[in-house]
Amino acid sequence: MSEEQIKNLEKQFEERIARDEKIEPKDWMPEKYRKTHIRQMSQHAHSEIVGMLPEGNWITRAPSLRRKVALLAKVQDEAGHGLYLYSATETLGISRDEMYEQLHTGKAKYSSIFNYPTVTWADMGAIGWLVDGAAIINQVPLCNTSYGPYARAMIRVCKEESFHQRQGYEIMMKLANGTPEQKEMAQDALNRWWWPSLMMLGPTDAESIHTEQSMKWKLKRKSNDDLRQQFIDQTVPQADLIGLTIPDPDLKWNEERQSYDFGDIDWDEFWQVVKGHGPMNKERMKARVGAWEVGEWVRDAAMAYADKKQERKEKQVV
Amino acid sequence: MSKNWPLWEIFVRSKNGLEHRHFGSLHAADAEMALENARDVYTRRNEGVSIWVVESKNITASNPEHNGEMFEPAQDKVYRHPTFYDLPDEVKHM
Ligand SMILES: [Fe+2]
Ligand SMILES: [Fe+2]
Repeated sequence: MSEEQIKNLEKQFEERIARDEKIEPKDWMPEKYRKTHIRQMSQHAHSEIVGMLPEGNWITRAPSLRRKVALLAKVQDEAGHGLYLYSATETLGISRDEMYEQLHTGKAKYSSIFNYPTVTWADMGAIGWLVDGAAIINQVPLCNTSYGPYARAMIRVCKEESFHQRQGYEIMMKLANGTPEQKEMAQDALNRWWWPSLMMLGPTDAESIHTEQSMKWKLKRKSNDDLRQQFIDQTVPQADLIGLTIPDPDLKWNEERQSYDFGDIDWDEFWQVVKGHGPMNKERMKARVGAWEVGEWVRDAAMAYADKKQERKEKQVV
Repeated sequence: MSKNWPLWEIFVRSKNGLEHRHFGSLHAADAEMALENARDVYTRRNEGVSIWVVESKNITASNPEHNGEMFEPAQDKVYRHPTFYDLPDEVKHM
C-alpha cells in the first residue's frame, strides 16, 4: 500500500470512530491503534489477574462464612475479568502466551496498587471500597470505547464491579461501628489505601502522555485529574457517613467549585512503585510466575489427555 | 512446554426462547473442558441455560474488506420492504 493510500484509510478510520462506529477485529486499523490497544488491554487483564493476590491472601481467614463466600466470589470475578480481557486482546493478533510472557518478564505492567500489602482484614474492606471504587470510575467510560471486543468485555466487567465495592464498604462500615480496636483497624486501612487509590487514576494531566490520541479513540473520555476529582467527591461523604477520617489535612470543601480541594500527592512514591520498588512487587511476580510454572504439568497432562481421546475417536471411525 | 490449549468461541442461550449469542472466547484442552470453563467464566450469575462451544479455528468469517460485494447488493432492493408499495389510505391493517 502506498503512503497516500494508508493516509486515506487512516482518515476514514478516524471518521468512523468519530461517528461512534465500533471497530471490530477483522477491520483494517492503523498499526498504532492495534499496538496501543494491545498494550492497554493486556495491562488491564494483568491487573485483574495480579489483583487477585492481595485479596486471595485473606480468603482462608475471613471472619465469617458470609464474608468468606463474598470475598471468594469477588476474587473469582476478578479472574473472570482477566479472562474476558485476555480473550478480547487476543482478537488483535497477540497470543495468550505472549501476554503471559510479557507479564512474567516484567515487560508489561499491571496496576501499581496491587504492590501494596494486605496486612489486616480491614484491608479487604478498603480494597473493595476504594480500589474497586477507583477502578469503576476508570472503567465505566470504557464501556463506550471504540474497539468492539474491549467495549463488550467492559460492559460485563462493570456490571460485576458494583457488588465488589458494596461488599468492601459494608466491611468498613461494620468495623467502623464495632469495638474501638475494630474502628482503629478500619481507620488504619483507610490511611494506608487512600493515597495509593488516588494514584490509581493515573499521573496528573500535565505529566500524562498520549491523552489526546486516547481521547480520540475513546480509550479515555475524561482526564486523569477529572476522574480523580470525581472519585474524591464521591468518596469523602461515604467516609463521613461511617465516621472515618480521610488522611489528608488539606482536604476541604470548596463552595465555589462545588468540589473538594485536596493535598499534594506523593508522585515520587508512585513512580518508585511503577519502577518495581513497591513493597510487594517482587512478591507478586514470584507468586504469579510460581503459579504458572507449578501448573505446567497440569496443562500438559490435560492436553495429552485431550489428544489421546481424539486419537482414539479417530481410530474408531476407521 | 508441549502444546498450548486451543481457543474456543463460547455461545450462550440466556433463556429458552432466545437464540445462542456469542459471549466471548477461552482456552481449553478439549470441548468438555471448554464447556466447564465457559460455565465458570461466562455464567456465574445465571446468564445462561445452554452453552455451545466451537473451536475458533473451525469458524469461517467473511472479510470486511469485501463488505462491498458482500452486502451492498441488498441496498438497492427497496422492493423487499413493505413501504415500497403504495396503497390507498382506506386500506387498514396491511
Ligand atoms: Fe475487576
Ligand atoms: Fe473488582
